[in-house]
Amino acid sequence: MSVMMPKPSEAILSRRRAIVEALRQIVPGEGVVDAANEMAVFESDGLTAYRQLPLVVVLPSTVEQVAAVLKYCHGEDIPVVPRGSGTSLSGGALPLEDGVLLVLSKFNRVLEIDYDNRCAVVQPGVTNLGITHAVAGNGFYYAPDPSSQIACSIGGNVAENSGGVHCLKYGLTANNVLGIQFVTIEGEVMRLGGKHLDAEGYDLLGLMTGSEGLLGVVTEVTVRILQKPETARAVLIGFPTSEQAGECVASIIAKGIIPGGMEMMDRPAITAAEDFVHAGYPTDVEALLIVELDGPAAEVDHLLAEVEAIGNANGAVTCRVSQSEEERAAFWAGRKAAFPAVGRISPDYYCMDGTIPRKELPKVLAGMKAMSEKYGLRVANVFHAGDGNLHPLILYDANKEGELHRAEEFGNDILRLCVKVGGVLTGEHGVGVEKRDLMPEMFDEDDMKHQQRVKCAFDDKHLLNPGKVFPTLHRCAELGRMHVHKGQVAFPDLPRF
Amino acid sequence: MNSSARMTYASIEKSILRPETTEDIRDIVAAAVSAQEPLAVEGTGSKRGLGRPVQAARTLSLTKMSGVTLYEPEELVLSAKAGTPIAEIEALVDENNQRLEFEPMDYGPLHGLEAGQGTLGGVVACNLSGPRRLKQGAARDHILGVRAVSGRAEIFKSGGRVVKNVTGYDLSKGLTGSYGTLAVMSEITIKVLPKCETETTLVLRGLTDGEAAGAMAASMGSAAEVSAAAHLPAYVSSRVMDGELGNEAATAIRIDGFGPSVEARATHLGRALEKVGKLERLEPEASRRLWRDVRDVRPFVDGTDKPVWRLSVTPTRSHEIVMSLRMQAAIDAFYDWQGGLVWLRMEAGEPAADLVRETIRRFGGGHATLVRASESVRAATAVFQPQPGPLAGLSRRLKEQFDPAGVLNPGKMG
Ligand SMILES: Cc1cc2nc3c(=O)[nH]c(=O)nc-3n(C[C@@H](O)[C@@H](O)[C@@H](O)COP(=O)(O)OP(=O)(O)OC[C@H]3O[C@@H](n4cnc5c(N)ncnc54)[C@H](O)[C@@H]3O)c2cc1C
Ligand SMILES: Cc1cc2nc3c(=O)[nH]c(=O)nc-3n(C[C@H](O)[C@H](O)[C@H](O)COP(=O)(O)OP(=O)(O)OC[C@H]3O[C@@H](n4cnc5c(N)ncnc54)[C@H](O)[C@@H]3O)c2cc1C
Repeated sequence: MSVMMPKPSEAILSRRRAIVEALRQIVPGEGVVDAANEMAVFESDGLTAYRQLPLVVVLPSTVEQVAAVLKYCHGEDIPVVPRGSGTSLSGGALPLEDGVLLVLSKFNRVLEIDYDNRCAVVQPGVTNLGITHAVAGNGFYYAPDPSSQIACSIGGNVAENSGGVHCLKYGLTANNVLGIQFVTIEGEVMRLGGKHLDAEGYDLLGLMTGSEGLLGVVTEVTVRILQKPETARAVLIGFPTSEQAGECVASIIAKGIIPGGMEMMDRPAITAAEDFVHAGYPTDVEALLIVELDGPAAEVDHLLAEVEAIGNANGAVTCRVSQSEEERAAFWAGRKAAFPAVGRISPDYYCMDGTIPRKELPKVLAGMKAMSEKYGLRVANVFHAGDGNLHPLILYDANKEGELHRAEEFGNDILRLCVKVGGVLTGEHGVGVEKRDLMPEMFDEDDMKHQQRVKCAFDDKHLLNPGKVFPTLHRCAELGRMHVHKGQVAFPDLPRF
Repeated sequence: MNSSARMTYASIEKSILRPETTEDIRDIVAAAVSAQEPLAVEGTGSKRGLGRPVQAARTLSLTKMSGVTLYEPEELVLSAKAGTPIAEIEALVDENNQRLEFEPMDYGPLHGLEAGQGTLGGVVACNLSGPRRLKQGAARDHILGVRAVSGRAEIFKSGGRVVKNVTGYDLSKGLTGSYGTLAVMSEITIKVLPKCETETTLVLRGLTDGEAAGAMAASMGSAAEVSAAAHLPAYVSSRVMDGELGNEAATAIRIDGFGPSVEARATHLGRALEKVGKLERLEPEASRRLWRDVRDVRPFVDGTDKPVWRLSVTPTRSHEIVMSLRMQAAIDAFYDWQGGLVWLRMEAGEPAADLVRETIRRFGGGHATLVRASESVRAATAVFQPQPGPLAGLSRRLKEQFDPAGVLNPGKMG
C-alpha cells in the first residue's frame, strides 16, 4: 500500500552513525540495533502492507534510559516512534526512515499486585494476558480483552485505548486504567493518577489514553483488576437474516440486559470459522449471535432464559446454550479465530474497524453488499454487536494486479458510510497511518486544530510519532495564532443574550 | 447582527450574557477576547461555591441553552444542550428505566442551596460522580462527545454518539473536569444505561475505621459485584436518613441488579460479613435514601461554611490519613468509594491545607480539593491540589493552547 509519510530529513540520515553512537552511550550493549537484517522484524506492525526500516532501533530497559533517549532526540530534532508488541492494525508503530524506533518490550515486569485496592502496577511491555495470568491465582483478571491479548502490550493498549469482546459491560482500556507514568519528548518523567481515582487537574490521563504514541512514552501502568465472575455461559443464536439478529440485540438491551459479550458474525465469517476450528456453529444461517452472560449463577440462569425467549421472539432458527466450560470456550474459539480463519480462505484480507449506531446495521450491511459487487471483492463480517463496532474483513489477493488498491478503496467507502450514518472511523484499532487521510470525513479544520493543540502542549516540535493520526501537520506556531483580532470582531448584539 | 442594538462592552458591567446557540457563545467569547475582558462561565451557578472565586466582569450563563436533542434508549445514548438541568435528564431517562450510571452528586445542599439545580454542562465540567464511581466510573467514563467553543472563539467538536470510538484525541475527556477553563461546552452526548431492577444494602455496625477498611476491601474483592461501599463513623451515621440509622458506626455495602441475583449475592456476602460484626440489611427504598445522602454529603449539610475537603486517596490507606489528622486538628470525616473518597469537615474553620496535603502524601498519595469554604478562604487557599512543577507546566500549556487570552474562568483552577 502506498501512504505519504513526512519527507525524511537528509540531515538526520547523514548523521546516522553519530546518532547510533550517541544512543549506545545511553543504552549499552544489545539495546541498540542498527543492522538492517536485525531491524527487519521491526519494519512493520500488524498492518503488514506498510513497511519501513527505522533509522535505528533502541530497546531501553530503564525509565532513565527512556528519558535520556528522548531528551537526546529532542535536542537533536530526531523523530521517535514508540512501539510495544507491534500488533497495531492501523500502522501506529510503523517506523520512520529518519526516526528512532523505541521498543518497550524489555519493560516486562509486574511491579506490584494490590488485591485490597484491586489494582496491579505493571511495566508497559507486559502483555494484556500476562496481567490476567499474574492475578488469576487469586481469582482476579484484567477485563479489557483484545483478541490479540496473548501478544499485545499494556502500553500499546493504553496508546490505542484498546477494546475487546467484554468492553460492552466492563469498559475500554480508558475505563480500566487508574494511572500511568510517562516520559515526555523532553525527557521529563511524569505521573498521572495512581491507586486513587480521578485527576487533581485536567484529565491528562484521559488525553494520553488513545493518543497513539503522539504525546508521550508510557513507562508504567496501574490497572484495575476485577474478581472473576462466579460463572459465565454463552448462547449461540442463529437467524435467517441479519435484520432479525440486529432486532434481537436491540431487544436484549431494551430489556435492561448488558451481556458480558455480544458478538455477531455473518454467513461468510461463520463458514470460515466453522471450517477452521469446528466450533459447532450452524452454517445454514445468515447471522449468528454469541451472547455471553456472566455473574452469579442465579443471575446467569435467569438472564439466559430471557435471552433465549428474546431470540425466539425475533425469529431465531437455532439456539444453543453452553453446557460446560469447554463448550463455552468452543463457542468463543470460532469468533476469536475469525481473522486467521478468513486468512485461510483468501490470500490476504484487510480488517476494518468502523463503529455505527446499532440500528443502522441493516443499512450498512446492504451498503457493503453493494460495494462488494462494485469492487468485485468478497467481505466477511464480524461485529461487536453490543456496541456497534464493525470488523468487515475484505478479502483480496495482493499478487493480483490492482486488488490491493481496490481493497483499500472498498475499505475507505465502508468507513465513509459509517461516518455518514452517525458513526466513526475507528472503534478500537486507532487511526495510525491507515485512516489518517480519512480524518476530514469526520472532523473539520477547527476540530482537528484543537486536537493538534493538545499535541502542541505535549510535543511542540512534532517529534513523537509524526505522520500518524493527522493528515496535515500544522506547525505549533501557526496553530497558536489567534484569529480574533482586537476591535475587528464587533461585540455581539447584547440584547440577544 | 443588528447593529442598532449594539452596546459597548464597557457599558454592561456585571451583566449576564445568555447565549441561545453555539454561534452566540462563539460571538461572546470573541468579544471577550477583543476587549480582553474575562468571562465567568456557568450553567446555573449551583457549583459557584467550587474552585477559586473568578474575577470576571461578565458571566456567560448557559440557562438558555437547554433541552434534550437526541435520546435513543435502545442505543443507550442521549445528547442535550449543556444548560439542560440534570434533573430533567434524570427524569427523562428514568421514564425509560434507564439512568446515568455515574450517579452524579449534587453540591447544591452542601453550599446551602436547593437540591436539583445543576446542569449537564456543570456536571461534566466538574466531572461529578457518586458512590457508583467506584465500580462504574465518573462523568469522564460516560461522555461520548461534545460540541464546544474554546477560548479562541472557535467552535469544535470531539467524539461522537457511539461508545466505541478512538478516532483522534479524546478531547471530550479533556474537557471533563476542566471547570470551564478550556472551553464552553454547548452540547454534550453521554452514555445511559439500564436502571437496576432492585437494590439492597448490607450494613455492618460498630466497626472502627480500620476494621471497616478491611471489610470494604474484602467485599469489593468478592464476586458479589458490590456497587458502592461507604463507612460512616459513629455519630456521622446519625446524620443520614433523618437519623434512622442511629449513632453507631455504619459500614454500608450496596448490591444492585436483577432480583434473583441481588438476593443470591447479598446472602452469600452476608454470610461472610456476619463473621466481622453485627449485620443489618436495608430494603430498596431505605437503601436508595442512604446512598443519596452519602452522595450529596448530607452529614456536612449544616448551613455553615466550615471548610469541607474532598480527598481522593488509596482506599486502604484513608483510615490512616484520617487517624493522623484527628491527632492534629479538629475534624469530622466519613468515607465513600471503599475509603478512596474521604469527606472531611474542618471544625475550627481553618482549612489547614498544608496539613491535609502533607498527610495524604505520607500515606500513599492522592489529592485534596477544598469543596466548601467562604469566598475569602477560597481566595487565600490552593483549592485544587497543586501539581508538581513539570505537570503544572503541562497543564498551563494546555490552558494556553485552548484559551491563550485567558478569558474563560480565569483563576478558577489556580
Ligand atoms: C436568584 C438566584 C441566586 C443564586 N445564587 C447563587 C449563589 O449565591 N451561589 C451559587 O452557587 N449559586 C446560586 N444560584 C444558582 C443555583 O442555585 C443553580 O441554579 C445552579 O444550581 C446550577 O449549577 P450548574 O450545575 O449549572 O453548575 P455551575 O455552578 O454553573 O458550574 C460549575 C462549573 O462548571 C462550569 N460550567 C458549567 N457549565 C459549563 C459549560 N456548559 N461549559 C463549560 N463549563 C461549564 C462552570 O464554569 C463552573 O466551573 C442562584 C440562582 C438563582 C436563580
Ligand atoms: C489478530 C489481532 C487481533 C486484534 N484484536 C484487537 C481487538 O480485539 N481489540 C483491539 O482494540 N485491538 C485489537 N488488535 C489491535 C492491537 O492488538 C491493539 O491496538 C494493541 O493495543 C496494540 O498493542 P501493541 O503492544 O502491539 O502496540 P504497538 O502495535 O507496538 O503500537 C501501537 C501504538 O501504540 C504506540 N505505543 C506502543 N507502546 C507504547 C508506549 N509504551 N508508550 C506510548 N506509545 C506506545 C505506538 O507508537 C503505536 O502508535 C488486534 C490486532 C491483531 C493483530
